[in-house]
Amino acid sequence: MIGSINILDILKPELICAIVRVTPTHYLYVAGIVFCIGLMGVMIRRNAIAILMSIELMLNAVNIVLIAGGRAYGPKTYDASSFVIFIIAVAAAEAIVGLALILAAYRHMKDINIDDMSIMKW
Amino acid sequence: MNPVLPVLIFALPVLSFGITVLIGRYFPLKGASVGILGLVVSFILSCVVFYQLQVDPTRTIDLSVTWLDFGEYTIDLGILIDRFAAVMLVVVTLVSLCVHIYSLGYMKGDRRFTTYYAYLSLFTMSMLGIVISNNLFQLFVFWELVGVSSYLLIGFWFERKPAAMAGMKAFVVCRIGDFGFLIGILSLFVATGTFSFGALFGLSQAGAISSAVLVVGALGIFFGAVGKSAQLPLYVWLPDAMEGPTPVSALIHAATMVAAGVYLVARTLPIFSTVPQIMEVVAWVGGLTALFSATIAVAQVDIKRILAYSTISQLGYMMLACGVGAGASAIFHLSTHAFFKALLFLGAGSVIHSLHTNDIREMGGLFSNMKTTATVFIIGALSLAGFPPFSGFFSKDEIMVSVLESGHVWLYWIVVFTAFLTAFYIFRLIFIAFFGEQSERSKHAEESPKVMTVPMVVLAVLSVVAGWIAIPGVGPGFAEIGGFELHHLHINWSAMGTSFLVVLMGIGVAWAIYSRRFVESRSIYNTFKPISKLLENKWYVDEIYNFFIVQPVIFFSRLLFAFDMVIVDGAVNLAGWLGVRLSKFEGEFDLAVVDGAVNGTAWTARTFGRAVRRIQTGLIQEYVIVASVAILALIIIGYYLM
Amino acid sequence: MNIPHLLSIIVFTPVVGIIVLLFVDGKKHKFIRWFSAIITLIVLILSFFVFKQFNFSESGVQLVEKGMWIPQFNIKYFLGVDGLSLPLFFLTALLSFLACVGSFGIKERVKEYFILYLLLVTGMLGVFVALDMVIFYIFWEVVLVPMYFLIGIWGGPKREYAAIKFFLYTLFGSVVMLLGILALYFTSNPHTFDMMEIIAQRATFTRNFQIIVWLAMFIGFAIKVPIFPFHTWLPDAHVEAPTPISVLLAGILLKMGGYGFLRLSFPMLPEASKYFATFFAILGFINIVYGALVAMAQKDLKKLIAYSSVSHMGYVLLGFASMTQMGYIGGVLQMFNHGIITGALFLLVGVIYDRAHTRDIYAFGGLGKTMPVYFGIMTFSCFASLGLPGLAGFVSEFLCLIGAFSVFKVIVIASASGMIITAAYFLWTLQRMFMGSENERWKDLPDMSGRELFTLIPLMILMLLIGVYPKIIVQVMKPTLNYLVGLMY
Repeated sequence: MIGSINILDILKPELICAIVRVTPTHYLYVAGIVFCIGLMGVMIRRNAIAILMSIELMLNAVNIVLIAGGRAYGPKTYDASSFVIFIIAVAAAEAIVGLALILAAYRHMKDINIDDMSIMKW
Repeated sequence: MNPVLPVLIFALPVLSFGITVLIGRYFPLKGASVGILGLVVSFILSCVVFYQLQVDPTRTIDLSVTWLDFGEYTIDLGILIDRFAAVMLVVVTLVSLCVHIYSLGYMKGDRRFTTYYAYLSLFTMSMLGIVISNNLFQLFVFWELVGVSSYLLIGFWFERKPAAMAGMKAFVVCRIGDFGFLIGILSLFVATGTFSFGALFGLSQAGAISSAVLVVGALGIFFGAVGKSAQLPLYVWLPDAMEGPTPVSALIHAATMVAAGVYLVARTLPIFSTVPQIMEVVAWVGGLTALFSATIAVAQVDIKRILAYSTISQLGYMMLACGVGAGASAIFHLSTHAFFKALLFLGAGSVIHSLHTNDIREMGGLFSNMKTTATVFIIGALSLAGFPPFSGFFSKDEIMVSVLESGHVWLYWIVVFTAFLTAFYIFRLIFIAFFGEQSERSKHAEESPKVMTVPMVVLAVLSVVAGWIAIPGVGPGFAEIGGFELHHLHINWSAMGTSFLVVLMGIGVAWAIYSRRFVESRSIYNTFKPISKLLENKWYVDEIYNFFIVQPVIFFSRLLFAFDMVIVDGAVNLAGWLGVRLSKFEGEFDLAVVDGAVNGTAWTARTFGRAVRRIQTGLIQEYVIVASVAILALIIIGYYLM
Repeated sequence: MNIPHLLSIIVFTPVVGIIVLLFVDGKKHKFIRWFSAIITLIVLILSFFVFKQFNFSESGVQLVEKGMWIPQFNIKYFLGVDGLSLPLFFLTALLSFLACVGSFGIKERVKEYFILYLLLVTGMLGVFVALDMVIFYIFWEVVLVPMYFLIGIWGGPKREYAAIKFFLYTLFGSVVMLLGILALYFTSNPHTFDMMEIIAQRATFTRNFQIIVWLAMFIGFAIKVPIFPFHTWLPDAHVEAPTPISVLLAGILLKMGGYGFLRLSFPMLPEASKYFATFFAILGFINIVYGALVAMAQKDLKKLIAYSSVSHMGYVLLGFASMTQMGYIGGVLQMFNHGIITGALFLLVGVIYDRAHTRDIYAFGGLGKTMPVYFGIMTFSCFASLGLPGLAGFVSEFLCLIGAFSVFKVIVIASASGMIITAAYFLWTLQRMFMGSENERWKDLPDMSGRELFTLIPLMILMLLIGVYPKIIVQVMKPTLNYLVGLMY
């Protein structure tokens, strides 16, 4: 079977599906990984814009969970998907506000290093 | 009789006092004219009243008006004009008039001339008020007012310290007497509900007043009289009162005010007569005063003081007469004494006015330069000594007879001895001052102006003739004139003879020692040195009073003040201090415990917050880490718990 | 013409004055002085109208103004005068005016001074016309506060001490008095603060209750009078207070105590009053003799007069203790007379203090020649004070003594000895100040000014008038005091 296999065949969806049984669980894994990447980004990066991007990752990870979970376990409606639309909208708004804040902070401090933005402590 | 007359007699001096005080300086003679004019009218009216009452004794006036009405009690003011009062009215207005006129010369050029006449009017008004009173209350009112005018006149030259002191002494000592007087009045009033003489006499004679009240009342009234009439033991103010102008001494401290005490006792004699034991006291006080002050007069060198002690002695006579129940004799002697003693004082004033000294040792041989003064002075002296036929002889004789016939033998011999002393000391004064060698001052002495000598001559005439009314056949007798119950005094030849003899002896001894100098007075002085010293220093009474009464009172008042400051006020301040301490303590307690609880909460919160706020680093990522870790922890815990 | 609400108008006229003064520039001293004088003059003139509307033959309260104020506690706005309060009310109006004219010499903080002064006047007037105990207490306390400031700000060197002492002492007294008032309120049935109603209910109070309440009120009034051991605030307050305030202090504040006894203690608590009568008379004796003796030891003229006040108020106690008609009339008359005489004496002290800046009696001497008019008026007032017949003091002292003599013989005899000591210290004072040779130091002192004479002459006229014809004032108080005596039996 191997000999007769064209190397490019592995790109065929049928084959892939044959090799890897993609179940809803896989979606959750992916979503979990993306969420963790996003969380790490938020926790580790010093650049404010990068943090904002990482937040987007986390939100999208949630989106994946919602769509996949809603499709796999939920009732056959689009309730879960409608939440996703909300989240995308809120994320967009959040990004806009966040970028505006960062811009304002940048104008004030000529810098967007988040460690320097601790003047409001205590 | 028309009651307007006596009221007018009293009202005129009131009016002249008011006018003189307010606008006197615009009148002729700097205001003196007002007083003199008023007094002339008063004197004439007094004579009219006197005459009317002699003609018809039933026309006595006794009128009252209500002053304060309390329903069950009333306090009345009123006038009582009987023959007794009429005699006094004439004596007072006459002597006062003489003094008013005399003062024109004596006080000439004084800076407070107008004030002087105002005071004289005040005095005359008050004295007349005493005389016309028909009740004890009103009498007390004027009694005090004469005290004040006496105070003001004694201290008239208040720039001189002795004068100021003397005025104060006179008023305060008299007030001691007045204190007794007040108590007497109060006890009588509370027991009877009236001050009126008529009602009181009636009630006491009828035995309606308990004897305790009568004793207190009579003793109190007598105490007042003792103060005013300068009897033992309150006589000390009178000699000092000689610091006043001499005419004042003549008027107030010889003729009238000091006699007010005698007048009072004589007036209230019906009350006294119900308490014989008090009468005895009155008699003995009078007799001893007469003797005591006569002994002092013997050793004095100040002309006015000799006369002052003589006045006290004569007042003692009068009081003694009252004490033996002979009110008529007392008032008779009061009247004659008023004339001759006023005369003596005015004579002394004339000498002082001319010589500017009171010391008889600096006089001598004055007779040649001051004939009128010396003559009238000798007339006065003879009258005082009781030499017949001068007025003093008759009045003194009546007293002696009354004493003898009342059975007081001891008192009689005291009186006789006093008569000897009287004659001696007054002629000692005359021989030293008017006869013998002329002293340096006497050489320049000049007779006083007419305005001073004329009043003296008037008084001199009266000093001679005033006694003659007592001669049987010549006059009606004084008891008759004064309206007293008649004890027809028969002439007691032995008493009269004794008294005449004694007077002659007194004059003779004085003549022997001070005129002929058979014995040197110095050697007598030295022979009886302790007694001489004692008399010269007036028995040291002033010193004794000062040491035993005045100083202790002042000390006691300082002590009380210290008590007030230290104990009473100290207690207050201590309370205040304790209050402050207590509040401080409470304040600390409050801070530590009560407020501490409140503050403690705040402190805890602040300290804790200070520690915890370190968590807020301001680094968002730290917050995220913490939040993540926390959530993770919660998940794990939740997982294991479920 | 009858003016309605006359008493309220009089009492609150000074308050109107205060409100106007608040809007006046404090630098306009002249205007403030004259304005205050006019306000007090209006009060005085209106108080004459009270006499006009007053019926002398009636014994009860007149010119009544009555209305419910706080219904929950039955507190009324109740004003009225009778023969007891009218003389004192008039005295207050008179002395307020004269002392206001006497205050023209005040140079510092003039506006504040006159505002407080007018407030004081309102308080004093109110005390004498209030017939509800709450109102009475309010006015009573209103007097204290301005007095505290007037002594404490415009006083002498030790003014703070004196002011605090005065304030705490009298406040203590009034608090105890308030307890007595409350006790009466809660015992009366129905509960009331109305003095007339409580007097009507006096028979329902038990003896022990009366004694306790009497003692409580006694402390309050005794401090004001002042009675012997409570008197030490008086000399300090007098010495430190400015002259016009001394006048009011002696002339009116002391009378509030005596008035309180006759208005509250005696008619409301007759049993207790009789129980304490002898005690009261003995205190009167102590006041008279002790005050006089201590006065004799004084070097400060103001202190001397302060202690003489203690002595003179003793006669009031003696008169009241007798519970006789003469004693009552004598006591109230003595309060009135003491007001005018001591008022005059304090004004006279002010005259000499303004010139010489000392009150030490020993520092003077020979003033009689330098200031003859002053000497004359001083002599006149001293004689009035020592009880010279013909002047006011004698009549009332005599009546007090007569009234008391019928009840307390020994005490009166002992008290009458005070007249000797009184004469001694007044005459001694005159001698030390005015007599003797002229003193170089005071040679240039001017005699009295027109303004000073203006304040003194009315008082002198009154002294003479009452001394000669006391009926004018006795007739005002006789019916009421008769009625009050009747309440005691």
